[in-house]
Amino acid sequence: MFKKIALTAASVVALAGAAHAEGAAAHIEDVSFAHEGPFGKFDQFQLQRGLQVYTEVCSSCHGLKFVPIRTLADPGGPELPGDQVRAYAASLDAVTLPDGTERPREWTDKFPARSGEGMGPDLSLMAKARAGFHGPVGTGINQLVRGIGGPEYIVSLLNGYADNPACAPEGIDGYYYNTAFTAGGVPASCKDEHGNSTVPGSWIAMPPPIDDGSVEFQDGHSNTKHHIAEDVASFLMWSAEPKLMARKQAGFVAVTFLVVLASLLFLTNKKIWARVKGKTFEA
Amino acid sequence: MAGIPHDHYEPKSGIEKWLHTRLPVVSLIYDTLMIPTPKNLNWMWIWGIVLAFCLVLQIATGVVLVMHYTPHVDLAFASVEHIMRDVNGGTMLRYLHANGASLFFFAVYLHIFRGLYYGSYKAPREVTWIVGMLIYLAMMGTAFMGYVLPWGQMSFWGATVITGLFGAIPGIGPTIQEWLLGGPAVDNATLNRFFSLHYLLPFVIAALVAVHIWAFHTTGNNNPTGVEVRRGSKEEAKKDTVPFWPYFVIKDLFALAVVLAVFFAIVGFMPNYLGHPDNYIEANPLATPAHIVPEWYFLPFYAILRAFTADVWVVQAAEFLSFGIIDAKFFGVIAMFGAILCMALVPWLDTSAVRSGKYRPQFKWWFWLLALDFVVLMWCGAMPAAEPYATISLIASAYWFAYFLVILPLLGVIEKPLPLPATIEEDFKSHYPHAAE
Repeated sequence: MFKKIALTAASVVALAGAAHAEGAAAHIEDVSFAHEGPFGKFDQFQLQRGLQVYTEVCSSCHGLKFVPIRTLADPGGPELPGDQVRAYAASLDAVTLPDGTERPREWTDKFPARSGEGMGPDLSLMAKARAGFHGPVGTGINQLVRGIGGPEYIVSLLNGYADNPACAPEGIDGYYYNTAFTAGGVPASCKDEHGNSTVPGSWIAMPPPIDDGSVEFQDGHSNTKHHIAEDVASFLMWSAEPKLMARKQAGFVAVTFLVVLASLLFLTNKKIWARVKGKTFEA
Repeated sequence: MAGIPHDHYEPKSGIEKWLHTRLPVVSLIYDTLMIPTPKNLNWMWIWGIVLAFCLVLQIATGVVLVMHYTPHVDLAFASVEHIMRDVNGGTMLRYLHANGASLFFFAVYLHIFRGLYYGSYKAPREVTWIVGMLIYLAMMGTAFMGYVLPWGQMSFWGATVITGLFGAIPGIGPTIQEWLLGGPAVDNATLNRFFSLHYLLPFVIAALVAVHIWAFHTTGNNNPTGVEVRRGSKEEAKKDTVPFWPYFVIKDLFALAVVLAVFFAIVGFMPNYLGHPDNYIEANPLATPAHIVPEWYFLPFYAILRAFTADVWVVQAAEFLSFGIIDAKFFGVIAMFGAILCMALVPWLDTSAVRSGKYRPQFKWWFWLLALDFVVLMWCGAMPAAEPYATISLIASAYWFAYFLVILPLLGVIEKPLPLPATIEEDFKSHYPHAAE
């Protein structure tokens, strides 16, 4: 038992070192999203476009199992009209009941989950489960300015597909080279003598999902690959943090209140201490 | 509250006298609020109130979170998402609770380092210090178990690594680990007992806080000069002190409001900055995260744990001398707990007769180096276990022990302290020449 735990711990440490080394060089581009910063708000139309991208492209392999469909109508989200959301819910996969029969999906249900062979990870929280920015020197302090970078990671990943690098022209069978994806394998020919990867990114199982024009937006918005990726990343940020706008508003109210309260307490404090410190108080 | 002479509560009306002879609760509140407090306390004496606030905040938000949380391996992660999406105000509640833990530790570290600089641990305040260290330990246990509850990847693997530390104890370790986990690995039994203890420990902390306050209300507060309040007479004491209410209550509330403005900015605008993205991935016993890191407040001691690898000569010597019982892993565990134990024993390790670091010219340098050392250790703890971090961790860990075990005992003998002010009043008047008598 003791040996087993020691081995587990040792392999954990070893894996940690290896995995960190492998993907350290990936480049995540900083995208300026509407929802960033203390005053940032979701672009409601971008969320709607992102929902369309998710529905037409991502949803064939990725679920959103924690997201209730009704929240598409909530304030601070895509804010679709209720009847549209109901119709949308009905168009999704039916719900299988415990007795094996099926019923149409209601808007009070969650988005369908996806699991099994060939299916990808659930995307409900993806935008919060990845960090795009770690610097400088691993402290993560630049996140104060740029944010954690989850949506940026998604944009970079969707645009990160590239031809196999010179060190491995054949690549890995069944996998695709992606400059932003760090969690995958790297062929031995692309590693230096220490086992560290010499190329940015690694190989991913997901085939390139989008291309220029792969989604036709109803509002006629530009549908270049980059714009599609930005729209779906923004939508996934909403699906990960649906109360983002309400939270920022609460933060703003709380900070304003506390600044006023602190100012009043500062003056009170100055006044009551004035007699002890032998100062005259003027305010 | 014994100690500094001051006016006590006198029941006046009939009902006050009636209650006072049966339960002197008003007297207790009066004496607590009106306690004579050194009037020269600086801004580093505000962290106590911030900590008291944190405890209340954590219990209040925690009690409500429990109403919506489900401690089961299949449901815990989803129930947290339920809190974030469906519960009214749930997002704020959870972020306040999660970031509240960070504020709690931020304040406790400043509180501890204030004590270390001004010698607040020295006689007669050793019991206050020891109780404080017990609170700190209970806080670490509570925070660690709380972090497991969302049942994300970092929850699961953090629990696996940390309970593995107990498994490193020779002989009985694996049995202890299995007993802690309620099984051979982190599973539903672990989650349930951590949930139970995470709810229990805060009330233990609350009781310890009461003892902590009782202890320092008995001895009186330390102050930046380290010179004791004069206790010869009420008049003398009054020259050195002001009552806690209103002077320090208002000052502390002002400081609390400033701290909370920053805290709410973090909760409102960047609530996941101090968290780890991997914890938004549901726990999966089959997939080890690339990089297991504890929460930031554990990093310094985590760095000490990892610093002592098998190639360090001290570790090799220990292994040889103990006939292999103390291997590198167990050595790391001893070092980590030893680092905290050294800090707890500082009242007896510091030999200087002078309390406040303000009057100790050499101590100052070593102290600030320790503060820097703490930050370096924190940074190393977040880095992968590879060079150059391993060597830096080792040097920084060595300094931590050297400070408590070598430098503090020696400094008391070789250092020539600066002259102390005769009284607190004298110190106060040097800052405020027109101060009232």
